[in-house]
Amino acid sequence: MNSRIMKYAFVVLALSWMGLAMAAPDVGATQKQPLNVHAIVMFFIFVMATLGITYWAAKRTKTASDYYSAGGGITGTQNGLAIAGDYMSAATLLGLTSLTYFQGFDGYIYCICFYVGWPFIMFIMAERLRNLGKFTFADITSYRLDQRQVRTIAAIGSLTVVVFYLIAQMVGAGQLIKLLFGLDYWIAVVIVGVMMVIYVTFGGMIATTWVQIIKACLLLGGGTLVMLLAFSKFGFNFETLATQAVANSKKGLALMGPGSLLADPVTAISLSLGLMFGTAGLPHILMRFFTVPNAKEARKSVFIATLCVGFFFTVVAIMGLSAITIVGTDPQYFEGGAVGSRLLGGNNMPAMHLAHAVGGNLLLGFLSAVAFATILAVVAGLALAGASAISHDLYANVIRKGQATEAEEVRVSKSSSLILGVLAVLLGIAFERQNVAFMVGLAFGVAASCNFPVLILSMYWKGLTTRGAIWGSIAGLVSAVLIVVLSKAVWVSVLGNKEPIFPYEQPAIFSMPLAFFMAWLGSVTDSSVRAAREKEAFEDQYVRAQTGFGSAGAAAH
Amino acid sequence: MSTAVYERIRKNPKFDELVAKRSRFAWMLTIVVLGIYFIFIMVVAFNPTLLTTPIWEGGTASIAWPIGASMILLFWLMTGLYIRRANGEFDDINSEIIKGAIE
Repeated sequence: MNSRIMKYAFVVLALSWMGLAMAAPDVGATQKQPLNVHAIVMFFIFVMATLGITYWAAKRTKTASDYYSAGGGITGTQNGLAIAGDYMSAATLLGLTSLTYFQGFDGYIYCICFYVGWPFIMFIMAERLRNLGKFTFADITSYRLDQRQVRTIAAIGSLTVVVFYLIAQMVGAGQLIKLLFGLDYWIAVVIVGVMMVIYVTFGGMIATTWVQIIKACLLLGGGTLVMLLAFSKFGFNFETLATQAVANSKKGLALMGPGSLLADPVTAISLSLGLMFGTAGLPHILMRFFTVPNAKEARKSVFIATLCVGFFFTVVAIMGLSAITIVGTDPQYFEGGAVGSRLLGGNNMPAMHLAHAVGGNLLLGFLSAVAFATILAVVAGLALAGASAISHDLYANVIRKGQATEAEEVRVSKSSSLILGVLAVLLGIAFERQNVAFMVGLAFGVAASCNFPVLILSMYWKGLTTRGAIWGSIAGLVSAVLIVVLSKAVWVSVLGNKEPIFPYEQPAIFSMPLAFFMAWLGSVTDSSVRAAREKEAFEDQYVRAQTGFGSAGAAAH
Repeated sequence: MSTAVYERIRKNPKFDELVAKRSRFAWMLTIVVLGIYFIFIMVVAFNPTLLTTPIWEGGTASIAWPIGASMILLFWLMTGLYIRRANGEFDDINSEIIKGAIE
């Protein structure tokens, strides 16, 4: 049944794509670029390959465990690539290259802040996550607490992160594709939405993981190639690269050290806290820990992911620095051909222009296709995490109180991903002209303040009770959202007020400690019978967390 | 059913030994990583010019870049150090404990 629908979807999509590729007219919207044939052909190949994988995965997805966690059958190395893939979005490639291009070392500081969450996850979380979890991270937080209350709040936290992250990706996708492929914004958003739903509903976690792995390899390979070609123009000499970059940038020597971006210590520390602990609270990343058979493989996956992410960030930094000289002195990349005016296509384009400068249209097409593939893979991971929160946490455990059958649960998950897909497309179109830069920050803020504190306390602190978990999550969620809304990013830039009510844009330094404090306060003042029982149940949970005995799926593979 | 096994594992002195050893190692690595990282962030926030020192005298490239790259490399090597012990030594003790508790 599934595979038949899959075949139809495949054919319909293939036809509509060919239609698009042939018909797509250049209606001359302001920013739209001429149709990029190389990019479209390469992206088409990617789509066909991933649809093939989805078809293959659909045949292997039989149980709920297959659907949510690929049956625990992913190896550590594969999962490491998939995690790295989830973490390296198109925003990483374009945004961080552009940040280094304009701000120099500030770009690399950002990379380091993004990166340092990984060793932390390895030492403190990886093995316990694997040993305690099953399908979603709420399995861990609700392990010995009240299933209904804790899962409800965890699902709200997950869905908040997923929706904000999805909107940012959808808008980014639309803008990027309009630019790189010369297609209309809404067409791009619809394609992303449709593909995302196909991957998730038919192929579940198996397809989502493999799409992510392929994309991670393409992104690493493409980025490295561009970096090597660019670096070779400087004889692979960092001093030459730096001297020329300083000579050709408006910022001059300021490129070589920390600049204005993190000038204020509160912002610097808050941003680094949010990025670091936010990583450890992103539902789509946490879910990946349940796809490997045991703690050994979970550790291996973090090792591989850390390598890929760290390597990629360094590649991106060198790309950004090289682009200052190679792109920044070439009139063909500027509006009106005047060096120093606005970059063609906007500020996110240095990576793409660099690809064109060192490898011509072919490399530009390749990198564009990779960027689009990246967006597809990331939104698929997000959609699966959101759909699982709805079906596994809300539907199966809260509404049906654990009485739903596996088949019912998976069916709900599939319809949820369809609904999320439609929602993502509608929101993506609605937010077309909005500045959505704050949304990724908000997603990380909520992840660090609402999901992370309760998750880590539930694994490490015997004293955590249901009341504490609820208080902590709500405090973190509300304070993180409020701070972002009242800060410059939303209050001034989006809502158009003159002065921000709250002076800092990064919530983590305020909202994270508040969440921890409320979780502690709610727990220590809780003297109910239930609280006593919950504390007592910590013993068994502790043994399982440490040894992995009794963990889900460990025996099956 | 498994509660009994959990209790047997809990009573095994080797379990306490494993947990103590592994936690000590993990926390030590965490403290080193966070320590280096927050020193770096503090320098960025309070003394940014320190990082603009040239690598070679009279050169342009600053020490900021190699410092950043070595942090990334060092943190990765430390995750490698952790899995070497955790997947070897610690996991061996672990499976011994579980085996002892099931029998």
